[in-house]
Amino acid sequence: MIDLSTEYLGMKLKGPLMVSSTPLSESIHNVRLMEDCGASAVVLSSIFEEQLSLESRALDHDLSRGTESFPESLSYFPDLDDYRAGIDTYLSHLVRVRGSVSIPILASINGATAGGWVRFAQEVEAAGADALELNTYSLATDPRIPGSEVERHLIELVSQVRATVKIPVAVKLSPQFTSLPNVAAQLDKAGVNGLVLFNRFYQPEFDIEELSVVPRLNLSRPEELLLRLHWTAILYGNISADLAITGGVHSAEDVLKGIMAGASVTMMASAIHLHGIEHIASVLSEVQRWMEDHEYASIRQMRGALSRRSVPDPSPFERGNYIKTLSSYTMRRPALQ
Amino acid sequence: MKSQETVILDANEAVASVAYRLSEVIAIYPITPSSPMGEWSDQWKEERKPNLWGSVPLIAELQSEGGAAGAMHGALQAGALSTTFTASQGLLLMIPNMYKIAGELTANVMHVTARALATHALSIFGDHSDVMGCRSTGYAMLCSNSVQEAADLALVAHIATLESRVPFLHFFDGFRTSHEVNKILPISDEDIRALLDEQTIVAHKQRALSPDRPILRGTAQNPDVFFQAREACNPFYLATPAIVQDVMDRFGRQTGRSYKLFDYVGAADADRVIILMGSGAGAAEEAITYLTGTGEKVGILKVRLFRPFDASAFLSALPSTVRSIAVLDRTKEPGSLGEPLYQDVITAIAEGAADGTLHFESQPRVVGGRYGLSSKEFTPAMVKGIFEELSKARAKNHFTIGIDDDVTHTSLAYDPEFSTEDPRTIRALFYGLGSDGTVGANKNSIKIIGSETDNFAQGYFVYDSKKSGSITTSHLRFGPQPITSTYLITQANFIACHQFSFLERMDVLTAAAPGAVFLLNSPYGADEIWAHLPRKTQATILDRKLQFYVIDGYTVAQTAGMGNRINTIMQTCFFAISGVLPREEAIQQIKKAIKKTYGKRGDAVVQQNFDAVDAALAHLHKVDVPGIVSATFDILPAIPAGAPPFVRDVLGTIAAGYGDSLPVSALAAGGTFPTGTAQWEKRNIAQHIPVWDEAICIQCGKCVMVCPHAVIRAKVFDAKLAASAPATFKTAKPKWRGMEQDLYSLQVSPEDCTGCQLCVEVCPVKSKSEAKHKALNMEVQAPLRSEENKNWAFFESLPSVDRSLVNANQVKDIQLLDPLFEFSGACAGCGETAYVKLLTQLFGDRLYIANATGCSSIYGGNLPTTPYTVNKQGRGPTWSNSLFEDNAEFGLGMRLAVDQQKQHAEELLKRLTPILGEELVTGTLSADQSTEAGIEQQRERVAKIKSVLEAASAGVTASDVLGLAAIADSLVRKSVWILGGDGWAYDIGFGGLDHVLASGQNINVLVLDTEVYSNTGGQMSKSTPRGAVAKFAAGGKPNSKKDLAMEAVSYGSVYVARVAMGGSDMQTVKAFQEAEAHNGPSIILAYSHCIAHGYDLIHGLDQQKAAVQSGYWPLMRYNPALREEGKNPFQLDSKAPSIPLKEYAYREARYTMLARSHPDVAKELLHEAQDDVERQWRVYSARAAMPGRGETPHIAPPEKEEDLVAVGKGREEQ
Repeated sequence: MIDLSTEYLGMKLKGPLMVSSTPLSESIHNVRLMEDCGASAVVLSSIFEEQLSLESRALDHDLSRGTESFPESLSYFPDLDDYRAGIDTYLSHLVRVRGSVSIPILASINGATAGGWVRFAQEVEAAGADALELNTYSLATDPRIPGSEVERHLIELVSQVRATVKIPVAVKLSPQFTSLPNVAAQLDKAGVNGLVLFNRFYQPEFDIEELSVVPRLNLSRPEELLLRLHWTAILYGNISADLAITGGVHSAEDVLKGIMAGASVTMMASAIHLHGIEHIASVLSEVQRWMEDHEYASIRQMRGALSRRSVPDPSPFERGNYIKTLSSYTMRRPALQ
Repeated sequence: MKSQETVILDANEAVASVAYRLSEVIAIYPITPSSPMGEWSDQWKEERKPNLWGSVPLIAELQSEGGAAGAMHGALQAGALSTTFTASQGLLLMIPNMYKIAGELTANVMHVTARALATHALSIFGDHSDVMGCRSTGYAMLCSNSVQEAADLALVAHIATLESRVPFLHFFDGFRTSHEVNKILPISDEDIRALLDEQTIVAHKQRALSPDRPILRGTAQNPDVFFQAREACNPFYLATPAIVQDVMDRFGRQTGRSYKLFDYVGAADADRVIILMGSGAGAAEEAITYLTGTGEKVGILKVRLFRPFDASAFLSALPSTVRSIAVLDRTKEPGSLGEPLYQDVITAIAEGAADGTLHFESQPRVVGGRYGLSSKEFTPAMVKGIFEELSKARAKNHFTIGIDDDVTHTSLAYDPEFSTEDPRTIRALFYGLGSDGTVGANKNSIKIIGSETDNFAQGYFVYDSKKSGSITTSHLRFGPQPITSTYLITQANFIACHQFSFLERMDVLTAAAPGAVFLLNSPYGADEIWAHLPRKTQATILDRKLQFYVIDGYTVAQTAGMGNRINTIMQTCFFAISGVLPREEAIQQIKKAIKKTYGKRGDAVVQQNFDAVDAALAHLHKVDVPGIVSATFDILPAIPAGAPPFVRDVLGTIAAGYGDSLPVSALAAGGTFPTGTAQWEKRNIAQHIPVWDEAICIQCGKCVMVCPHAVIRAKVFDAKLAASAPATFKTAKPKWRGMEQDLYSLQVSPEDCTGCQLCVEVCPVKSKSEAKHKALNMEVQAPLRSEENKNWAFFESLPSVDRSLVNANQVKDIQLLDPLFEFSGACAGCGETAYVKLLTQLFGDRLYIANATGCSSIYGGNLPTTPYTVNKQGRGPTWSNSLFEDNAEFGLGMRLAVDQQKQHAEELLKRLTPILGEELVTGTLSADQSTEAGIEQQRERVAKIKSVLEAASAGVTASDVLGLAAIADSLVRKSVWILGGDGWAYDIGFGGLDHVLASGQNINVLVLDTEVYSNTGGQMSKSTPRGAVAKFAAGGKPNSKKDLAMEAVSYGSVYVARVAMGGSDMQTVKAFQEAEAHNGPSIILAYSHCIAHGYDLIHGLDQQKAAVQSGYWPLMRYNPALREEGKNPFQLDSKAPSIPLKEYAYREARYTMLARSHPDVAKELLHEAQDDVERQWRVYSARAAMPGRGETPHIAPPEKEEDLVAVGKGREEQ
C-alpha cells in the first residue's frame, strides 16, 4: 500500500495535494467536494485588510452622502441594526466550512497594518482555523523604500503574528527578493512553520483601444512551476520550516516534481478552475499509479530527492546553469528556423 | 412619581415611540415633516421591537395619505388599534376618512406635525393651517407645545380616545417641535400601563366588525333619520373634555408632569392675556416669566384641547382681572371674521356673557392676530409687542406680528432687541455645509452634553433651499434650566463657521454677543487670517471683542482620510474652546459617540475619526487680533447689483438670508414670480471645475448633454466676434460641415458649476500621450475663477445658433441649443435634471410644464430663484405645481385650455378674414408646424395678425378683435409636459396618470424615475426594485417594480419610452422627439440616478449603462405611429442582458447594505430580481420580435427551452 500522506505545519495530511486560495472555496459545497476528491487541506481565499477598510469607508460615505443637507431629506436610508463587515462573513464561513469537512482548513489573511494582521490572526484562530497562511503580497512602488526595509517590515509583521497565535503559521512569499534564502532563513528564525512558494502577481492588462489599464488575474500556467521547483530545491534542507509549492501545479507530474524538489505539499488552484474540482482525484490517482510504477512506497520517500543537496550535480541550480542554457539555446536556434 | 433617566431626542421620535407601542397596525405615507415617525416605526418593526403587548406591529405603506387613512379606517373597523402620521396636504387627503372614523365613534389617534397648506406657494414648514382644516371632522384636537409635551400628550391622546370613543388628532408644530432635539423624560412602558385600562381595548375590539357577531356599519340614511342619528354622538363629545382632564391628572400623578385642558401661566391678577397653542407658547412663557418679574400684570393661556372646546374650563382658566385678550392663530382664513381660535374665544365669552356665567371683573376686549405662518419666527420680543398693543385703549384687531405689512397695515410693531434669554444658557451657532457633517456632529454634541452633564440641551437646525452645497445653521443651547426657547438664537456666545467660503457672501457674525468666541475653519493660519477677512467681519471681531480661533479642518480631515467630513474635528475644537466639559473628558465622550455612530460601519471609519479628533487640537490656534480694520474688500451681495431690480432687491434679500425683513409689498399677491433668475445667484460651490482641452476635443456634445446644472455649454459663432474675446477664451474649428469658417467654443460657468464631474466622466476622448488626460479635466477652481468668469460673460454675449440649422435628432447638434433650465440647486450630479434640461433645449420656447410636488418641483420652484429661464426672444418654459396627487390631471387641464383657445382662435381668424386677408388666414390655418422653421414662420404670421388687429377698425366687432389678440399666440404649436417622480407616477398620482394616458389628448409625461421618494428622503415607492433597501423597506423590498411602461403600452394608443441617458443618449433624444411629435398621450420613463441610491454620483452614467447592460432597464420605444406604417410599434433599443444583475446592483449601497446586514435575504432577493430581469427581457424581446404591425396576440415564449422538449415528449407518449 502506497503511503500518500505527508506532514505540513505539524499537521498530518492524507495526501500531497492541497487546494490553495481560490474563490471556489467560498462555497461549502465545493470544499466538501474537494475533500471527497482527495484534497488533503484547503486554504480559504484571502481576506484583505485594505478591502475591509475600503468597504467600511465606502459604506460610511454611501450612507452619509447627501444627509443633513435638506430639511425634507435629512437622510436617505434606514439605519439598520448592524452591518456585517467582510471579516464577519469570512469568519462565519470559516466556522461553517470547518464544521463541514474533516480535512484541515487554513485561513489566509493579508493585512495592511500591523494591527490588522494581528487582529485578523487572532480572529481566525478563535474561529477554529487549523493553521494560518499569511499572504504577504505587497508591491514596492515607492522609490524611497529600499529592499532591506521591505524585508525588515515583513519579518516584523510575521514575528508579531507568530507571537500572537498558537496555531501553525505559514508565510506565502513573493519570489522577488534579492536573497530569497536569507529572507527564508529570517522567517525560519522568526518561528514560522512553513513557507509557501510563491504568490502570483496581479498583472494589469493594457487595453490599447480604450487606452486603459485594467486589473486582471490570469490562471497559472504549468511553466510557472519551474521557478517554484528551483527555489524549493534550493531551500530544502536549509531551513526547518516546511515548504509548500503553489502556482503552476497542474498535473500529477507537477505534484511529483514538487515533492521531489523538497515540498511537503503542493497546492493547486488554477487547474481546478480549468478542469473542475474532480481534477484533484484524477491527479492523485495518477500520482499513485506513477509511484506504483516506479516503486515508491511513500511521499516521504521521494521528498527532496531532486533538491539541490540531493542531486549529484547541483550546478543546474546555480550560475553555471544560466551559461549552459544560453549557449544551448543559441546553438539550437538555427535548427528551429 | 419617580426619578428617571433622561433621553435626548426630537418630538417625531418621542411621539412615534408612544404610538408604536400602543398600535397593532400603522398605516404610513411619507410627507414632511412627519415622515420620520413612519421611518422610526418601520425601523423598529425591522428590529422586531414589540409593542406594549409583545407583538410587532404591522406597518403598511400606502399609495397616498388618502390610502393610509382608508387602511387605518379598515384596520380600526376590524378591531385593531391603528394609527398614522401625517401633515399638511396629506392630512387634507385624510379628511374624508376622518369624518367617517369620527362619525362611527372609533377610538383612534393620528399624530400630525402641523404644517402650512399650499396656497399661493407650497411650504414644508410649520403652522396650523392643516389641522385647522380638520376642525369640523369630529376628531378631538390636542396640541403639544414642546418635545416633552409631544411625548406626554401622545400618550394622553391614546388613552383618552379609548376611554371616550372620540378619535384624536394629536398635533405639534412641524420642524419647530417635530425636529427640535431636546432633553426630555421618556414615556416608559410602566407609565403607559399605569394609565391604560385594558378593558377599553376589549371594548374597542368588541365594537369592531366580526363575522362571529356580525353587524352592519356605514349605511346610507335618508332625510327621516340622518339628522337624529348625527346628533346621537353628542354625549360622547360632551364627556370628552372631562375624560381628557382625568387622563391628564392620572398622567400627572404617574409622572409628575401635570397638564390642564387650558393652562394659564402668569400673574394671578393679569389685566392682559395672550391665548395661543403650539410651540409659540414656549417663547410666550419665556416673555411672561420676564415681564411678570418686572411687575407687569400679564399672562398667557395655553390651549391644549382645542376640540371639543370646553368653554367652561376655558373661561375659568382666565384670571377674573383680565381686561384685554389677544388670541393668536397660527393660520390664516382669508375672508373670515377672524381665525378659528379667535372665533372660539369670542363665542365662549359671548355665550358666557349671555348666560351670565362670566367671572370677569369687566368683560374683556378680545382681539385676534396671526403669527408664525410657515415657521416664521415667534419670539418673546413679539409677545412683548402684543402686550404693549393690548395696553392701548383700542388695540388693533386682526393684526399680524412678526412681519411688516405695509399693504393693509395689519402688523404690530415690536422691539426686536428685547431678549429674555437666560444668561446662564450657553448659546452656540454653527454654520456648515450639508456635506461636511456639521449637523450630525452637533446632534452628537447635544447628546454628549445632555447625557454626560447636568445641563439641559436643545438643538434646532435650519437648512437653506438647495440640495447641493446647502448651508446649514445649527442653533444649540445648553444650560442648567430646562430650555423652552422655541426660537432661533440671535445672541450667541459661540459662533463657528465651518466653511471659509461663507465669509465671502455672509455675515456669519451678525448674532455674535459681545466677548463671544468665533471659531473659523480656515486654510489660512493664525498669523495670516486677518488679511483674508472682509471689512465687516474684521470690524465685528474688534467691536464686540470676540475671541478668535482658527483651524485648518480640511487639512486635518484629509490627513485622516476623511475627505471633506470635518465634523468630528470641528466638534473637538468646540469642546476644547467652549469648556462645556473638561477637555480630556470631552474627547473621551466624542470618541464614545464616534464608536456608537460609526461602529457598525467598520473599524476603519471609527479609527479615522479617532485620528481626526487626536489631530484636531494640534491645529487649533488662537488668533492674535490686530487692533485695526485693514481689509480693502467687504462681504459681497448674494445677488449682484446688475441684476433686475426685483431679482436684486427681493430675491437677493432672500438669498442673503434676510427674507424675514421683506415687507408684504415686496411680494406679489398670488405667488407669481419671474423666471430666468437662477443665473443671478452665483453660489460658487465647486472646489474643482472642468477645464476644456480644445486641441483634443471632438465636439461630440456629450458633456453638454449630461451636465445636470447646464453649466457647460457650446456655441458656434462667427469668427469675427472672437476679436473682442478675453485673452484666455478658447475656441476650436467647428466639426460641422458648412461651419468650417466659424469658431466653436465650449465654456464652463465657474461659479454655477457644482463640481459633480459627470462631464469629465462621460468625455470619450483621451490624450494619445497621457491616457488620464481627457478633453475635459477637473482643475482647482479658485485660480481659474476670475478669468473664467470673464470668459463666461463673453460666451453669453455671443449669439445663439439658428435653431433651424440644427439637427435636433443629434446629440452633437443639441449642444448648440440653448438650455432654458440652468443652474438648479439639485444635488450635484443629479440624474433628473439632464432630462429636464434636454426638454427645454428641444421645446423650451413653447413649453408648458405641470410639475408634481417632489424633487423636481423643489429644484424647479423653491425660492429664491428658479432655473427655468428664457431665450433671447424672451420665450421659455412656463411652469406650475399644483399638488403631488393631481399632476397628471393638472397638465391635462393645461392641454385642454391650450387646445380650446387654439380652436377659438381659428374660429376668430376665419371671422376676421376680411381684415386679416385670405392669404394670412389660410396660411395660418394650414401651417405646417412640424419643424422648427415651420414654427418660426407661424410665429411671424401671428405677429403680423397681432399688428393688423391693432390697427383694425371697421367691419368687425370689437369683441372678436380683442378676443383674437388675446389668444393669437395659441396658434403657434405648444408642447404640454407633465413632470414628476415615481412617487407621483407609480403611487399617489397613478389613478390620474392612468386616466390622462387613456384620454387620447396630446399630452406628454416625463417620469423622472429615481425608484424612491427622493425628496422626502428615500421612501419606497412601487417603482423601488426588488431587493433594494429604502425607507419603509428597511428589510429590502420584497416584490418587484411595477412595469409602468407595459401598463401604458397596453392602451395601444400611447407613445411609451424607457430611456436612460447613460445607456443611450441618442435613444433618449429620439424618444423625446417622437413623444412630442405623437399627436396623443405619450409617456417617457427616464432612469434617473439619485443620491438615494447610495453611491458617488460621479458614476451615475456608468450605472445607467450597467442598468441597461444587465437588462434591468431595457431601452424601448412603443410608437403607435409605426403601426400606421405597417410596422411593429414596439422597438427594443438595447441588447440582450450581457452582465448579471448583481454586477449592476451591487455597486449601490441600497442593495449592498442589505447584503451586509441580512446576507441570506439579500441573496434570495437578488436571485428573484435576476429572474425578474430575465422574465421581463423575454416579454420585451418577444413583443419586439412580433411580425407585421405587432398586433399578434401578445404571447411570450415559454420560459425555458427544456419545457418545450418536456411538453413535446409528453404528447408523444400520449
